[in-house]
Amino acid sequence: MLNPAEAKRILEAALLASPEPVSLANLKQLFDHQVATDTLHNLLAELREDWNGRAVELVSLASGWRFQTLPEFQPFAEKLQPEKPPRYSRAVMETLAIIAYRQPVTRGDIEDIRGVVVSAQIMQTLENRGWIDVVGHRETPGRPALYATTKPFLDDLGLRSLQELPPLEEIAKTLQLDPEPSSAVPEAANEPAAG
Amino acid sequence: MSVPVPLPLAARIARLYGEPYIEIPQDLYIPPDALEVILDAFEGPLDLLLYLIRKENLDILDIPMAPLTRQYLEYVEAMRATNLELAAEYLVMAAMLMEIKSRLLLPRPPVAEPLEDDPRAELVRRLLEYERIKQAAREIDRLPQLGRDVLAVSVWVERAVAERLPEVNPQDLAEAWRTLLYRARMSAHHRVSREELSVREHMSGVLRRLQERRVLEFGELFDPARGVAVLVVTLLAVLELAREMLVEITQSGNFAPIYVKLAHAESR
Repeated sequence: MLNPAEAKRILEAALLASPEPVSLANLKQLFDHQVATDTLHNLLAELREDWNGRAVELVSLASGWRFQTLPEFQPFAEKLQPEKPPRYSRAVMETLAIIAYRQPVTRGDIEDIRGVVVSAQIMQTLENRGWIDVVGHRETPGRPALYATTKPFLDDLGLRSLQELPPLEEIAKTLQLDPEPSSAVPEAANEPAAG
Repeated sequence: MSVPVPLPLAARIARLYGEPYIEIPQDLYIPPDALEVILDAFEGPLDLLLYLIRKENLDILDIPMAPLTRQYLEYVEAMRATNLELAAEYLVMAAMLMEIKSRLLLPRPPVAEPLEDDPRAELVRRLLEYERIKQAAREIDRLPQLGRDVLAVSVWVERAVAERLPEVNPQDLAEAWRTLLYRARMSAHHRVSREELSVREHMSGVLRRLQERRVLEFGELFDPARGVAVLVVTLLAVLELAREMLVEITQSGNFAPIYVKLAHAESR
């Protein structure tokens, strides 16, 4: 049988050679399916541990495992690439958030929540990125397309499932004014009495 | 509405979600040439309304309609005055605000009404939903993004130049067959250990499968090999899809096969 150190090096080579996440099923192929899932998980966990403290980390994503650079080194990587990746507009991000949290949804659903027309460009941007796709149609007049997020969306944001999305927050009903000046006074007054 | 008392700037800095709320425009005063910028800064009438409500520190559950409507119309008028092409949604919202105000002015029966009967309830619901999504969009934008914040690592692999054609012999075929059987057996005993399950995710999955086949026998939607948890979540997903009328579940009689199809497959 293969010894664990060697198995780990095989995994390392396969993962380093692939820019795409490698699925557990594909990793098993490396060992002709002779390695159990639990063992594979342990080896991957050890490998991730081995890379601790380096500029590159091994992450687990929706479609598998991938080596990627740490975010803190991005400013340096950008120095070698003249054009910076553009940020998505608020309109794009809000549309994406609605699809992610409320899927499957139609363009009409998105417009109801945002209160503005969702341009074809916005949907095109997200579809071209491979983050959303059409999973069906709602049987209402016009048979509008139903959109959902894809696995590459989860992969690209470093998530394994939709459940790892930041939770939707309960929004404060009113805006709090900065409490520091007023709340500091009674506490200071109470302190001598307590001591 | 009372005119805001000019406070020192530091005292007026509010906190939203525990963070200082700093967003353009920083004040209600709009220099005329900045209008284009301001219109761009808002993602539509809901966004503008939210800004006005949060800025004046109004209770979103008890919006004073008159001052809010007046402020909103001031913005819209200012936008129109500079001949900016004004999105129709802004005018629809203005009409809606005035409708709500006029309904509030109508005499009401003496019985205390629940919030559902308040003409403002629908507006409040939409404002709160939009604000949650707006916040969520900011959170998602904060996640490290491939290509923007992190890069996929890939080392150069030296590949052999000479093309070699595969050699196949009967043993290889037998071996392939054996592997297939072995794999089938492996998956039959596969247990789901710690799989994160999302009903919405499985809803999308079921819809995707129905895209290919249109109609599936109920049992075909389930993969017992993936464990009880997946079965339960898949069932929840199918029920949720039925509730949202995205799929139809039919059965011709007792103990007859149950079919699941896309809601439109049968239409007209």
